[in-house]
Amino acid sequence: MSDSPAIAQGAVAEAGDSHHGEHPAYQRHHFETVDQQFDATNFAMWLFLLTEVMFFGGLFTAYLIYRNWYYPAFVAASHQLNVMWGTLNTGVLITSSFTMAMGVWCAELRKKSGLVLCLVLTFILGLGFLGIKTIEYHEKWEKHHIPGLHYSLKSFLDPASDPEIYAEYHDKPMALDMARHTELYFFLYFAMTGMHALHMIIGIGILGFMIFRAQAGAYTTGHVTFVENFGLYWHFVDIIWIFLFPLLYLISRHA
Amino acid sequence: MSATIVTLPDQSTARIPKTNFLTKENGLLSWLLTGDHKRIAILYLISITFFFFIGGALAGLIRLELLTPQSDLMATDTYNKVFTMHGVIMIFLFLVPSVPATLGNFFIPMMIGAKDLALPKINLLSWYLYVVGGILVIYTMVAGGVDTGWTFTTPLSTHYINTNVMSTGMAVFIAGFSSIFTGLNFIVTLHKMRCPGMTWFRLPLFCWAHYAASILMVLGTPVLAIAIVLLALERTVGIGVFDPTKGGDPLLFQHLFWFYSHPAVYIMILPGMGVISETISTFSRKRVFGYTAVAFSSVAIAVFGFFVWAHHMFIMGISNYAVLVFSLLTMLVAVPSAIKIFNWTFTLYKGSITFETPMLYSFGFMGLFTIGGMTGVFLGTSGTDIHLTETYFIVAHFHFVMVGGMLMAFLAGIHFWWPKMTGRMYPEKISQMAAVITFVGFNLTFFPQFILGTLGMPRRYAAYPPEFQVLNVFSTAGATILGVGYLLPVLYLTWSLKYGEIAGNNPWQATGLEWTTQSPPLTENFLVTPIMDHEAYDYEWLEAQQAKEVTSVG
Amino acid sequence: MSEQSQHAEHEHHIVSPRVYLTIVLALLLGTGITVWASFIDLGPWNPVIALAIACTKAVLVVLFFMHVKYSSKLTKLTIVSGIFIFLALISMTLADYMSRAWGRW
Repeated sequence: MSDSPAIAQGAVAEAGDSHHGEHPAYQRHHFETVDQQFDATNFAMWLFLLTEVMFFGGLFTAYLIYRNWYYPAFVAASHQLNVMWGTLNTGVLITSSFTMAMGVWCAELRKKSGLVLCLVLTFILGLGFLGIKTIEYHEKWEKHHIPGLHYSLKSFLDPASDPEIYAEYHDKPMALDMARHTELYFFLYFAMTGMHALHMIIGIGILGFMIFRAQAGAYTTGHVTFVENFGLYWHFVDIIWIFLFPLLYLISRHA
Repeated sequence: MSATIVTLPDQSTARIPKTNFLTKENGLLSWLLTGDHKRIAILYLISITFFFFIGGALAGLIRLELLTPQSDLMATDTYNKVFTMHGVIMIFLFLVPSVPATLGNFFIPMMIGAKDLALPKINLLSWYLYVVGGILVIYTMVAGGVDTGWTFTTPLSTHYINTNVMSTGMAVFIAGFSSIFTGLNFIVTLHKMRCPGMTWFRLPLFCWAHYAASILMVLGTPVLAIAIVLLALERTVGIGVFDPTKGGDPLLFQHLFWFYSHPAVYIMILPGMGVISETISTFSRKRVFGYTAVAFSSVAIAVFGFFVWAHHMFIMGISNYAVLVFSLLTMLVAVPSAIKIFNWTFTLYKGSITFETPMLYSFGFMGLFTIGGMTGVFLGTSGTDIHLTETYFIVAHFHFVMVGGMLMAFLAGIHFWWPKMTGRMYPEKISQMAAVITFVGFNLTFFPQFILGTLGMPRRYAAYPPEFQVLNVFSTAGATILGVGYLLPVLYLTWSLKYGEIAGNNPWQATGLEWTTQSPPLTENFLVTPIMDHEAYDYEWLEAQQAKEVTSVG
Repeated sequence: MSEQSQHAEHEHHIVSPRVYLTIVLALLLGTGITVWASFIDLGPWNPVIALAIACTKAVLVVLFFMHVKYSSKLTKLTIVSGIFIFLALISMTLADYMSRAWGRW
């Protein structure tokens, strides 16, 4: 094998030899420096988030098309959602983003107990979000607004049968074909919030794991990669909700 | 044909290096839990070859059925299942991972002077996802197949068919994530793991091609994923998204499906083009003409490739204005591909050309891809597309680019890098013969299909009017020859593992960092991080190196 | 080394809790304004305002919670390209749907 041109030219291969004592335990062997490892994994997480953007993108496309085509149906269907729960959930999720960002800060400053507290708060807020979602989904189940075999058009053909909502919006009874299109709204509602909730569940699962590891001091050694990258994921899930909330809950709320 | 650049070490004294990535660890678990990109590449190679032959067998069944105008070999429903599984397997389980997951995985880290890809565990996960996808496809076949065509067109696939759409959809969904993670890994690696001195414009064009394909993998495949999720929901729950009776639009599925599947064809071809850049350069002893143009055209293909998907939907009911816009954009996307063909041709001009097997496959690529690509222009022109779409013209077009183009490039790459991966040379004469057989067989199989298409024979039909039989018989005859051409490499490459000549580090006198290492390489690729101080395809540098090289001791 | 020399060390740009607090309050305020505005009849502007506020909130989360303001050009470029393709998907698909209503020619 011919000599490396580097040696021929007198240059020095930077950290080319693997002196195991020189790099921290959490540095993987194929990386030259810790910075390279952090950079690479951070970039990888961003690319993964891009795939998530495109994944949700298909749903947003479907939403925009059908909202455009069936606006009255979407308006009436959107009235069936409870703005209070939706706003509360938005607040909960935004606050959880704050606690997550604070968690990353604690990890960067190596404050173990602060990190654990922030992660636990994020965890609880995440569960709170899911709890509220469960309440909302249950309500939809009761009213037969879940698309599929048992979907009911009653609330739209005869809005007065829903006294609370009718009192606020006074929707007129809809024609049958437009009423059928409300099922599309609810499919989008469940698909988009469901997909979002699935991502939340995965995130909360990982948070649970992280709380244990944080308590063991794994993230306060200067190795913040995992917490930082999870933070990116969590903020992304928050951003999805930031868009879902006005698109699904606030279609036409003015009287 | 006697001139050759192959330079092998003295066979009486040469040995495969004792320590290499294959011998480093032993045992099944060392393979199944490996992080070594080279081992993962070999795992992929074995898996995709397995699925290639299943897909090939299905192709054989198709051509056998089409020998006669009647649907006499199998029922029409069965025929539908055969061509669907052929498409699904060949596209998702063979072509999409072919070059990236095998050659890309193996060589990108070596070409940039790195020890491994950026995310080795994700790389292994990619392979496992591929295997799960493959198992689901096998399950589908055993459970009775699916007959919607690989395009799963709605509302057929959602409302009118009761074959295994769900399991196939799941298989494709999972295999899609395999592809996403591979692409993600490549992008991170190319950005963050290049050795000192390896600037973007010193990278081999193979890396540029994979970079472009990876962008497509990362940004396009998730849309396929959501399309399949919606398809599954429509089929099971009946949500109405693609159901006209509930106000849904079946075309929405097609928009989402083709938003991925058009970039998918570029995902398939770009890595092959990367291989061709390497082989054309090596076997003309000349740097690739217009390096920058080839590099940028790869990225341009990737970018433009996102904007043309509806040319698969010209007759499906999209608006005329959309047809106009997408047709125009399709014309644009042909330009970067043409630029590459021109540049490779100019690379050959005044080069010192030799005709080793990888070069034969590369010549095959250039001719057949050009034909395939040009027929794509007929299809991109909406006026002619109305007549040619859903006929055998389309079948011929995509087989020319995918089989005449991509598969030939894959074989070129396998032969080119075989000595590096295994340390052994394959037998040259038989491999050249196999390349020629493949070329002849391919043309006999698929050229008649262009004629059949213009004459009006529809695709995806088991029975056809009797006047089309002669051309179909030619096509089937060609397919038999093609089958021989594809079987031979499996046989002699396997043979070469034990009996092939020892290759040494650089049997082709190629440039590129991977050729500076032993064959097969060490697990960590390089003992010392290389420093790149010369441009890509610098044959003068290589000559100077070899002049200084010590070839014997004492 | 590829790009470590160019980009600023990530650990050194530690965003302070004060910034986070300001941002979260801005986000909550934005949410409140969105809900309040939705109850007022602004005709076609309702969705526009709602989306504009949502976009602003998203930008704040990306820049500050996700540290993009202090990240490398590569990160910024990556995000922009992702959004670009996302917008291409939506706009080109919608263009088909909306132009169907324009009739044959």
